[in-house]
Amino acid sequence: MLNISSILEEIKKTPYTDLSVRAPHTGTLVFTDINEGDSVNSSSGQWQEIPGTKIATITREKNPKPILATQKGFLQKLHMKYNNSFVEAGVEIAVLRHFLSKQEVVHILLQKALHLFNAPERAKYYFAPDIDKKLKISGHKNITVTDGMDLFIVSRMKREIPLAYHGPEGLIYEVYFEQNQNVDAGKPLIGICPPDQLSIIEDVISRVYHEWQEQE
Amino acid sequence: MELAKNLQQLTERLNYIRDIFGGKHQDDINLLSSRLEEFRHNIETQANINFDEGLTTLEDLFFFMEAKLENKLTPMDNVRIVRHPQRICLRDILENVYDNYTEIGGQDEHTNDPAVLIARAYITRKRGKKSYNQSVMVIGHEKGHGEEFRNGGSAKPWGNAKALHYMHVAEIEGIPIHSYIFTPGGDPVEDYPGAGQQIAKNIYKMAGLSVPVVALFSEGGSGGAEALSLADKRLMLSHGYYSVISPEGAAAIEGRLKRGERASAELIENCAANLKLTAKDNLSFGYIDQVLQEPTLGARPYHFDFFRTIRQEIIRATDEIVLNTKGFSLFRINQLRRLRDTETNLDDTYINWHLPKSLRSDLVENRQNKFLRMSKGSFINRQSMLGALSDAWTEQWREVYNRLVYDFFHRYRRTYTNFLEEATAEWETIKTRAKKPFKSAYNKVRRIDTTAQQELTSLSKWDRADERGGWNWVSTRAKEDKSVTCPNAKTHGCLDLWTPDLYNEFAGVCTTCGHHFSMEYQWLMYNCFDVNSLYEFNSEWEAGNPLDFPTLDQRIKDAQEKTGLKSGCITFEARIDNIKNVVAVLVAPFRGGSVGAAEGAKLISAIDRARRKRYPLIIYSHGTAGIRIQEGTHGVIQMPRVTIAIRRYIRAGGLYLVVYDTHSFGGPVASFLGCAHYQFAIRSSNLGFAGPTVIKNTTGIDVAPDHHNCYKALSRGHIHGVWDRRDIRMNVKQALLTMGGRNLYYR
Repeated sequence: MLNISSILEEIKKTPYTDLSVRAPHTGTLVFTDINEGDSVNSSSGQWQEIPGTKIATITREKNPKPILATQKGFLQKLHMKYNNSFVEAGVEIAVLRHFLSKQEVVHILLQKALHLFNAPERAKYYFAPDIDKKLKISGHKNITVTDGMDLFIVSRMKREIPLAYHGPEGLIYEVYFEQNQNVDAGKPLIGICPPDQLSIIEDVISRVYHEWQEQE
Repeated sequence: MELAKNLQQLTERLNYIRDIFGGKHQDDINLLSSRLEEFRHNIETQANINFDEGLTTLEDLFFFMEAKLENKLTPMDNVRIVRHPQRICLRDILENVYDNYTEIGGQDEHTNDPAVLIARAYITRKRGKKSYNQSVMVIGHEKGHGEEFRNGGSAKPWGNAKALHYMHVAEIEGIPIHSYIFTPGGDPVEDYPGAGQQIAKNIYKMAGLSVPVVALFSEGGSGGAEALSLADKRLMLSHGYYSVISPEGAAAIEGRLKRGERASAELIENCAANLKLTAKDNLSFGYIDQVLQEPTLGARPYHFDFFRTIRQEIIRATDEIVLNTKGFSLFRINQLRRLRDTETNLDDTYINWHLPKSLRSDLVENRQNKFLRMSKGSFINRQSMLGALSDAWTEQWREVYNRLVYDFFHRYRRTYTNFLEEATAEWETIKTRAKKPFKSAYNKVRRIDTTAQQELTSLSKWDRADERGGWNWVSTRAKEDKSVTCPNAKTHGCLDLWTPDLYNEFAGVCTTCGHHFSMEYQWLMYNCFDVNSLYEFNSEWEAGNPLDFPTLDQRIKDAQEKTGLKSGCITFEARIDNIKNVVAVLVAPFRGGSVGAAEGAKLISAIDRARRKRYPLIIYSHGTAGIRIQEGTHGVIQMPRVTIAIRRYIRAGGLYLVVYDTHSFGGPVASFLGCAHYQFAIRSSNLGFAGPTVIKNTTGIDVAPDHHNCYKALSRGHIHGVWDRRDIRMNVKQALLTMGGRNLYYR
C-alpha cells in the first residue's frame, strides 16, 4: 500500500525542482546583467504574451536569440565561464531552482497516489449518460468504478463509441478532461482512488493546502 | 426653499468652474468659494433676515468671474468643458429644440448601443395662420449626463450600423437628417464587421445620401465623429472641439509613453494647443461652416435661450441647403436673403424641406464638391506653373478623349461587335456540325503527337528562371550574411533562415510555417507589375506642416532623407500583363505611412485619374499608422474627402482594389481603405481601427496578440482573402479579370 505521507515528507525535504537551462544550439553566449541568486519569472499574461526573464543571448550567424526563463524561481547556478564564448548545443548554461506551489505538490501526490486511466487516442471524451447524471447529482467523488464498466463515450469526427474502464475498483477522485475539448492520446482522463485510501489522501491534501509554505 | 435652490445652483456652478479649469485660476475659484461659504454661514446663523440683496450680489460676482475666466479659456479647458457631465447632451437638444420626438432604435440602456441615439422628431413652423410639422431624422451620440452605460458617447460598430440603417430610412422617406456629434472617438472593439470597417461604411454612405444633412459638433473626436458628420452644413458649438485625436492620445504619442504611463498635464495642454482643435480654428480652416456662440463657459441644460439659438440655426442651415439645391429664382433669392437676416424668426417662415428626385443628385454633387475643395493649401506643391498647366490641359484632353472614345465610339462599336459575335458563333456551330463526320475519320488515322503525350504524362520541369530568385527587385537585406529567426519558431519549430535566401528567393516567407516577414514597398511595386511599366505622377507634392506643429518640419525632413520620398504616398500608373492600372502606395517607412493633406491630395488625384482614364485603381497599404496627428483636422478631413473620391470612382464604374501589408490602422482603414468592395491582405499582416495599446488605454481591455491578424479580419468579414506574397501578381491579375467595374477600359 502506498504511503502518501512519506511521499509528502520526501517532497518537503526538497520542495523545489532544479531545471537545467541549456544552449538551444551552438553559438556565442553572452549573459545578461544577471547574477546567481537573482529571481526570474516565466512568461506571463493572459496569452503568455509577456516573455520570461532574459538570462542570456546566444548568437549564431549574426542572429542574436534570447534564452528566457521558463519557470519562476531563482538562478541556482550560472556558468559564467561560458560568458562571451562559443558553446555547443545542449551545454548547461544555468540551473534554475523553481519552488513548488501548492497545486504542483498536490499534482505530484495525486499522480503517485491515484490510478490514472489514460486516453487511448486523441478525441473528445464524455461520461456515459447514466454516469454523467450521477456525477451531476452527487459529484465525482461518490462514483465507484469497476473493471469493464462502460464509463466513457469517445467522440471523434462526429462518430461516438463507448469506452470501458479497465483498472482497479475505486472512486473517481479527479477528472482531468473538459467536455468539448480534445484530449491527446496517453493523457490522463480520470484518477481513481481505492476507497480505503480516500480519507488518507484527503487528509494529506488538506495538510498541503494548510501547511505548505510557498517560497519565492 | 427658493434660496436653498439658488444656493445649490451656485454650488454647482462653482464645482463646474473648478472642474473645467483643472487646478488653474485657484485665486478666483477660492474667492468665489469663500464668498459662497460666507453667505451660506450667514443663512445658517442669522434668522429672519432678507438675504435677497446678498444673493444678488453673490450672483453678480459669479457672472463677473465667469466672464473673466471665459477670456482665459485654453483649448484643453474647452476639452474639459465638452466632457463635463453638466454639458448639454443630445437628449437636452431633443427636449428643447424640437417640438416633438420619438426615440427609435432603442431606449436608454435597452438598445444595442446606448452611445448612439436615434429619434424621429419634428419642428413646427408657421406661415400665416397655417402651421407645418417638418419631420427630421435626428442621429447623434448621447453622452448622457455621466451615465456609465452611454460609454461616454463612444459608438460601437453596431451603434454606427444602427445610425447607418436610419440614414437609409431617412433617405427612403425623403426627410433631412440632423446629426449631433458628441463623441470622444469610436469604440475600438474589433467585432463584426470591425470598428474601422463600419465607420468606413457610414462615411461611404453619407457621401451619397440624397437628403439634406446638417451636422452640429460639440465633441468631434476623430473617426467616431466622421462616421456621422459628412454633412452639407457643419455647425459647431463655440466651446466644442474637433480633432484628429484626443489631447491625451496625442501626448502619449508625442511623449512616446508606454502602456500604463500617463502624460504630464503640461504636455497634454501643449498638445491641445498645438492640435488647433477649437471651433475658431476649424472655422478658419474651412472644415466647419459656422460657429454657434455658447453662453459663458459653455452651454448647460438650464441655458434655455441657447437651445432657441440652436433651433434657429439648425432650421436656417436646413433651409439654406434646400434653397441652394433648388437653384436661384427671384423668389428663392428673396427667401435666402431673409434667411441670412439673423433677426428673422424662422419659426414664422416656412420652406418645404422636401427635395424632388430630380434635384437629389445635385445635392449629393454639391456636398461632394464642397469636401473635395477643402484643405487644398495644406501641403507643399513644388510643381512648376508650366507643369501644372500641362497637367490641367492633359486632364481636360483626357476627359474629351474618353467621352469620344468610350461614350460615343465604343457604344456603337459594341452594338456592331455584339451582332458580329452572335453571327460568328452561329456560323461556327453550323461549321462544326458539318465537319463532324470527316473529323472523326481523320482522328482515327492521324499520328499521335508524342510531345503532347509526354507533356501530359511526365512531371513538370523545374528549370524556370523564377524558381531560384528571379524576382525583379530584391531587398538590400539579401546582401547581408546573417540568419534570422521566425517569430513562430517556438510553436512551429521553424528553422533559422539565412537572409540571402529569405529576402531573395523566399520573398520574405518562412519556408516552415509560411510567416511573411515585412518587405520593402518596392518589392511589390517592381515584382507585381510589368517590368519598366511604372510611371509616377505628382511626385512633387510634398508633406507639409499646416499647423506649424513643433518639430514636425524636422521630422518630415528626416523622413524625406530616409526614404528619398516627398510624402508618404506614391502614385503611379503601371501594367500587369498589359492591363493598365492606377496605383497608390502608402509607404510605411515615411512617418509610419500616416496620411496627411499631401497624401490625401495625391490619393484624390490618383483616384480622379483612374476615373478619367477608366483604369482599375489599386491602393497598396504597405503600412499605415493612421491619420498624421500633427496635421490635426487637416489630416482627419482626408477621411471623408478621399472616400468621396472613391465613391465617385466606384459609381463611375471603376474597380477599386485594396491590398493590406504589414500593419494598417486608424483613419485610412476607417474610411477610404475600409470602404472598398474588394479588400485583400498579404499573409501575416495586421489591420484594424486602433492598435492594442490604444485599445488598452481607451477601454481598459487587454486584447490577444493576434487580435488584428489578417485571418481574424477575414473571419470578421472585413477582408475577402489572404494572399501569399509570392502569388501577388497572379492574384491581382485574377482580381482585375474577375471583379467589379462596368466601365473599365478593357471590358
